[in-house]
Amino acid sequence: MNSVKIDFDRCKECGYCIQFCPNQVLANGSEINKKGYYPPAVEKIEKCIACAICARVCPEAAIEVIKDING
Amino acid sequence: MKVIYKRPQVLTDAYFKYCGGCGHGIVNKLIAEIIEEKNWLEKSIIIWPIGCSVYADQYFKTDSICALHGRAPAVGTGIKRSLPENLVIVYQGDGDLVSEGLSEIMHSAIRGEKFSVVFINNAIYGMTGGQMAPTTLLGQKTTTSPYGRSEEFSGTPVNMAELIANVPGCYYSERVAVNTPQNILATKRAIKKAFEYQMEGQGLTFVEVLSPCPTGWKLKPTKAQEFLTEEMLKIYPLGVFKSPEVAK
Amino acid sequence: MGEKVFMQGNAALAESAIRAGCRFFFGYPITPSSEVPEYYAMRAPEENLVFIQAETEVAAFNMLAGVAATGKRVMTATAGPGFSLGMEAVSYMAAAGLPAVIVNVMRPGPADGDILAAQGDYFQAVKGGGHGDYNTLVLAPYSVQEMADLTVEAFDLAFKYRNPVIILSDAMLAKMRESLELPERITPNEQYDWAITGPKGRAHNVITTCGDGPIQWENFNLALQKKFREIAANEQRWESYQVDDAEIIIVAFGSVARIALGTLKRARAEGMKVGMIRPITLWPFPVKAFEGLDRQEFFVTELNAGQMVEDVKLSVKDKERVRFYGRMGGMTPTPDELYEKLCEYYRK
Repeated sequence: MNSVKIDFDRCKECGYCIQFCPNQVLANGSEINKKGYYPPAVEKIEKCIACAICARVCPEAAIEVIKDING
Repeated sequence: MKVIYKRPQVLTDAYFKYCGGCGHGIVNKLIAEIIEEKNWLEKSIIIWPIGCSVYADQYFKTDSICALHGRAPAVGTGIKRSLPENLVIVYQGDGDLVSEGLSEIMHSAIRGEKFSVVFINNAIYGMTGGQMAPTTLLGQKTTTSPYGRSEEFSGTPVNMAELIANVPGCYYSERVAVNTPQNILATKRAIKKAFEYQMEGQGLTFVEVLSPCPTGWKLKPTKAQEFLTEEMLKIYPLGVFKSPEVAK
Repeated sequence: MGEKVFMQGNAALAESAIRAGCRFFFGYPITPSSEVPEYYAMRAPEENLVFIQAETEVAAFNMLAGVAATGKRVMTATAGPGFSLGMEAVSYMAAAGLPAVIVNVMRPGPADGDILAAQGDYFQAVKGGGHGDYNTLVLAPYSVQEMADLTVEAFDLAFKYRNPVIILSDAMLAKMRESLELPERITPNEQYDWAITGPKGRAHNVITTCGDGPIQWENFNLALQKKFREIAANEQRWESYQVDDAEIIIVAFGSVARIALGTLKRARAEGMKVGMIRPITLWPFPVKAFEGLDRQEFFVTELNAGQMVEDVKLSVKDKERVRFYGRMGGMTPTPDELYEKLCEYYRK
């Protein structure tokens, strides 16, 4: 399974990753972080193709994407 | 497992002080990625401006010096003339470059100083709370153009990438944007090319980056990206305005 | 023994800077300092110097900051109007710890003013000149020899304290020719652990003067003040002439001190017990020179409306004993003129 890891307290809920993810893997989160923002929830990881667009558009460099090459 | 993307090591662990959705964060990250991929960290010196990126010395493991408002190109001139082998990056916002330091940037280009300029155009003064900049669009409301910028009172927006491209000492000038994934990748390519030309010993290289300013424009980040796409791109066309390839 | 030459003040200053290993010069032409950039431009090829005529003094002063940040010697030379334009950068370099040398060849202000000798930029030089609490060392030559020697000193002091140093000269000293002995040529150290050179084999260096909240910025200022107190304690310099038995002490710096030597000679010949104190550092002001001189009268003479006189008053026990006589506009007093004024004030 590919993985998308979001640095929870670095996120400022700008929404770019949710907007630009081609497969709507990410959705608005419901847990509040240290700064008072709601980082996105990784809801459909099975649809993630590890394109890393989320990581590339993130203004905080808060997202890490790992591809499961033998999955 | 294969890491497709992770936070560049050239960045420190410090949290960015930029507002959520700010383009500075994206461009800072791209610069860090490039320095890491090219393995230029040990040569890298970044000159930061006065503006929203004034604290960016806390975000990078490069050597950093924060210049006075508008004076980064002059400090850059001193540093690059002293250390011609280093990668010298002059990072400025539109207040810093187009307003306070227009003389410094133009004369750096006139002299063909061999550093790279990363110029963030978000059409407003962010750090000081949303005042009009020389790049503010006509009709755009700011705290010092509350009824919308009018040509009669404060002239028209400045197209820096084209303006500086006309100076022979400017070797490369391109305008890009960070409003979409494709444009973010194009921004990275442009900045990388500018740095590569510099390391070849070429004259001034200049990349203007159109960037969203959610707080200053009083828009949610995704709406700010729309404003950039629908309004700014009309006034500030993307493209290469000076390049050795174009000239050939 | 450096070689004996006969040179103009500005040229001697420039040659001495080159011999002190100052390979970088950024400046903007302004009378009466232009021979310094011209000299650098002329000598650039054979000495492998980097000379730029900047677009403005604002840019030139900030180019100084860039080179100084890399740990190398750098200088500019200007006059009043350009000196004023450079003040933001001087405040910046004092805070950022950037060791640049700035020559101000004074001419009569205010505003555009005129181009002969004056000392009206004293306050601007010794009280920091820019915004915020800071100081720069200010050295005042009074001969072409000192234009050379104090330039060498200026670079050493700048790097010793990581602070800009100002050489406060004037049109007379800059333009006149005298014989002097040029300083030895040296190759300065350019390796400093604080310098901005790229993080090779070390952690990254940062030079920033942007405050990050009042606690941090007050601590930053307290550290700065400690640096200035240290300079004030260690670097007071002056020359005293026949002070021991003097009843009246002339206080003068720079070219006026040269003129006053004639006054001193005549006064002594006329049996008047007169001495002179010549401040060489204008900041730190040589308060030590006035220690114990509680009975004497002081005759302060400058080419301005009265500036250093205030620092003299601060340095003596009884400021009522301090009198002032000055000329402005580029007019300079003769030795006899000063003698007559001295007698007028103190004839018993």
